[in-house]
Amino acid sequence: MRIEDQVKSGAPHSARRSILAPQSSILLDTTAEDHHVAKMAAVALGLTVLENAIPSPLPGVKPGLANIITLIVLSRFGWRAAAWVSLLRVVAGSLLFGNFLAPGFFLSLSGAVCSLAVLALSLHLPQRWFGPVTDSILAAFAHIAGQMTVVYLWLIPHSGIAYLIPIFAIASLVFGTVNGLIAASFMDNGGKADSERQP
Amino acid sequence: MLRHLRPGDYLTLLAGALFTVWISLAVWSGGAAETALIRSGGKVFREVPLSRDQQIEVPGPLGTSIITIKNRKARISSDPSPRQYCVRQGWLQHAGEIAICLPNEVSVELTGGAKRYDSLNY
Repeated sequence: MRIEDQVKSGAPHSARRSILAPQSSILLDTTAEDHHVAKMAAVALGLTVLENAIPSPLPGVKPGLANIITLIVLSRFGWRAAAWVSLLRVVAGSLLFGNFLAPGFFLSLSGAVCSLAVLALSLHLPQRWFGPVTDSILAAFAHIAGQMTVVYLWLIPHSGIAYLIPIFAIASLVFGTVNGLIAASFMDNGGKADSERQP
Repeated sequence: MLRHLRPGDYLTLLAGALFTVWISLAVWSGGAAETALIRSGGKVFREVPLSRDQQIEVPGPLGTSIITIKNRKARISSDPSPRQYCVRQGWLQHAGEIAICLPNEVSVELTGGAKRYDSLNY
C-alpha cells in the first residue's frame, strides 16, 4: 500500500517542467514507462537507505529489501523494467553512499547482474507452480554467488572465504523467502494477479 | 501468508535448504583430520589443522621461516636458508610428507589420516 501511495504522490510534473524549462536546457523525451521505472527505483533507493540503518552481524548479510521492488516490477512490467530499476538503484545508491566505483559498488553490481540473469531464466518457469518466492530465493542465491565470485577473483583471492559461504547461503534462503513473501503480499493487495507478468 | 506460496515454491525452499545444508557440510566438516606439525629447533612449535588457510611465522636461528597452509596443503613459502631446498620442495599434501629447512632448524610434517609412507625413512 505504501508503495502505491508513494507512486501517486510523485505525480507527473513533466508537463509543467517543459513550460518552465529555459531555452538552453535539453529536454529528454520520457515515456510513461521511464517515469514509472524512475519512481520504482526511487522507492527501491529509499529501502536501500532504510536497510543501511539496520546493523548487520556480518558485512554483506543484508535483507536486500530493495529487491522486493525489483520482484514487483518484474511481475508487473517485465524483465526490462526490473533490470532498469535494479541497476538504477545500484548506481544511484552508490552515489548516495559515496562508494561509486569503489569495491562495494562492484559487489552490488555483480550481485544485481547475477540476480537479473537468473530472474530472466526463472521467468520461464510455469506461473501456476512457481511464484515470487521462487524468484526471490533463486535471485538471492544468484546474488550471493555473483558477489562471492567477485570477492574471490578480485578482492580476497583466498580459499578461506569459502568458510563464509554457508552463512551467506542461510541468509540468502531466509531473506529470499521473506522478501518473496512480502513481494507476493504486496501484489496481492494490489488486486492484480501476477498472471499479467510479461515475458 | 502461506497462501502466497505455490507448490513449486515449497520445492524451491526445499532445494535451497538442501543446498545450504550440503554446502555447509562440504565446507565446514572434514576439518581437523590432517594436521601440520611444525617444529623449530627440534621442538614442536605448533600443530595446526590444514582445514584453515593461514600463514605461520616460525622463528629459527637464522631468521623467520614462513609456512603457508592453503587448500589443505602446506609449504614453506619463505626461509632464510641459503639453498632454499625446503622452499623448492613445494606443496606438501599427504600425511607423512615433510619439508625441512636445515640451517634454520624449521620443519613441517603432515600428520593424521592414512600415512602412506614416511618420507624420511622411505
